[in-house]
Amino acid sequence: MDLTQTLEIASCTDPGMVRSHNEDSVAADAANGLVVLADGMGGYNAGEVASGMATTVIVTEMQQVLASARPYDVDPRTSQEIAARLLREQVLKANSSIYQAAQSQAQYAGMGTTLVVCLFYDNRVLVAHLGDSRVYVLRDGKFKQVTRDHSLLQEQIDSGLITLEQAKNAQHKNLVTRALGIDPSVEPEMHEYRTKPGDIYLLCSDGLCDMVDDDDIGMALQALGGNLKLCAQQLVQMANDNGGRDNVSVILVRVLREYPAARGVMAKVFAWLK
Amino acid sequence: MAKLILSMDGLVLKEIPLTKERTTIGRKPHNDIQIDNLAVSGEHAVIVTILNDSFLEDLGSTNGTVVNGNPIKKHFLQNNDVVELGKYKLKFVGEPAAAVGAEKADFEKTMVLRPAAMKAAAEQAKAMTGGAPQAAPHAAGAARVTASQHAAVSATAAGIADKDPRPAPAPAPAARPAQPLGAIQLLSGNNAGKELELSKPLTTLGKPGVGVAVLTRRPQGYFITHVEGAGRPAVNGQQIGAAPHALKDHDVIELAGVKMEFFLKA
Repeated sequence: MDLTQTLEIASCTDPGMVRSHNEDSVAADAANGLVVLADGMGGYNAGEVASGMATTVIVTEMQQVLASARPYDVDPRTSQEIAARLLREQVLKANSSIYQAAQSQAQYAGMGTTLVVCLFYDNRVLVAHLGDSRVYVLRDGKFKQVTRDHSLLQEQIDSGLITLEQAKNAQHKNLVTRALGIDPSVEPEMHEYRTKPGDIYLLCSDGLCDMVDDDDIGMALQALGGNLKLCAQQLVQMANDNGGRDNVSVILVRVLREYPAARGVMAKVFAWLK
Repeated sequence: MAKLILSMDGLVLKEIPLTKERTTIGRKPHNDIQIDNLAVSGEHAVIVTILNDSFLEDLGSTNGTVVNGNPIKKHFLQNNDVVELGKYKLKFVGEPAAAVGAEKADFEKTMVLRPAAMKAAAEQAKAMTGGAPQAAPHAAGAARVTASQHAAVSATAAGIADKDPRPAPAPAPAARPAQPLGAIQLLSGNNAGKELELSKPLTTLGKPGVGVAVLTRRPQGYFITHVEGAGRPAVNGQQIGAAPHALKDHDVIELAGVKMEFFLKA
């Protein structure tokens, strides 16, 4: 099912005010309902290579798979929908390509990247993530964080060592506990959520949420939701106005209408005729 | 380097730099900080230091550990915290700002804590301390960071952030220039005369579907941008384009037939 008429997507990426390289990478494929954001790490330009590989591999591989299958198809062996398995496989593929490049070429040693992927299908969104890049959602005027960071800081918050207030002033925000391309295998965290027409999903790198308060991000989304492109630029600008210490990337996705899966026999015939 | 200042009855006895991942405090001689007083337990408390963050943890002591007058189990130490152990006082002093700076640009670089490395470091820490499982991940974090020699941050930076009345996104914008507050006053329409202060980073004007504009507050001043709708706002009679338009004191904005004046408050 082509989702170009269902999802409105805008993205913006910027090196920020301090860094010379942009190690973030964003990609979107509206037709397949796929958006990917990665924040690379590693010396020299290795971070850019890692995040670039992650977005490219996942988008192209997903395009190939989705050309012959639909995410809501049911796998006869497990009697579960194939979406999660497909996405996980592509994430693992990206992981091994990055890991192998890092192993085989000295200048890429130790490179890796955070990752957040959203796959929209059948009135739902499948979210996969690794590291501290996030997904937020604005629904009915309420702004909420969807993902939980894989970071040392988040673990400390969870274990009750520090409070959220203290976390804002903590000094090791940069340590992530899961990432793509660091080890031969990886387990992305995946969850599925129902979407609602009017929802705005925000994918962002830590360059945004470290520099701008969640309240201000929510306010920007609410105020500028009518113009996603401008909203994306505004978010990047807010991060830069606050110091822009890191690369800033955002992807905004608005759900314009319902998009239930075409399941019946007739629907299949129509889909085939199209 | 953060340090502790040990004192009794206002008399400074000793300064102790927090060089180790784990600094133990207690009455028995094997502690890093030995306090020979019966009110202090044999193994009283431990301070775990990760990068420049130090956490104080009570080890189930008989008389407890008190920070700034409050009994605690675990505590994230802040500059100038006073830890009380019986008659003794330990003042925590964070790293001075001057010592930082050089490596600062690098400290936000994202790094991975590899589970394998963490496990190894945790086991090491366990072996060293004879098993204090809850402290292990922190020791691991510290081990990883010492290995990569990254990160140096000022405790004073955190101090500045604390003073900021707004819960500022830390690291707090170092020096946000004092910026005059702007406001708009409606000149026509039903609410003519009404004034609106522009204290938020974003203020939207207009009606969805007809014409919406946003006023953004930035360090450089105020800007107006067209968001949606056919009715583009005009500033001083000139319709603005797609790009943000900088506002000057006493500019007149016209949006969807309503006129308003932008001005800066003293």
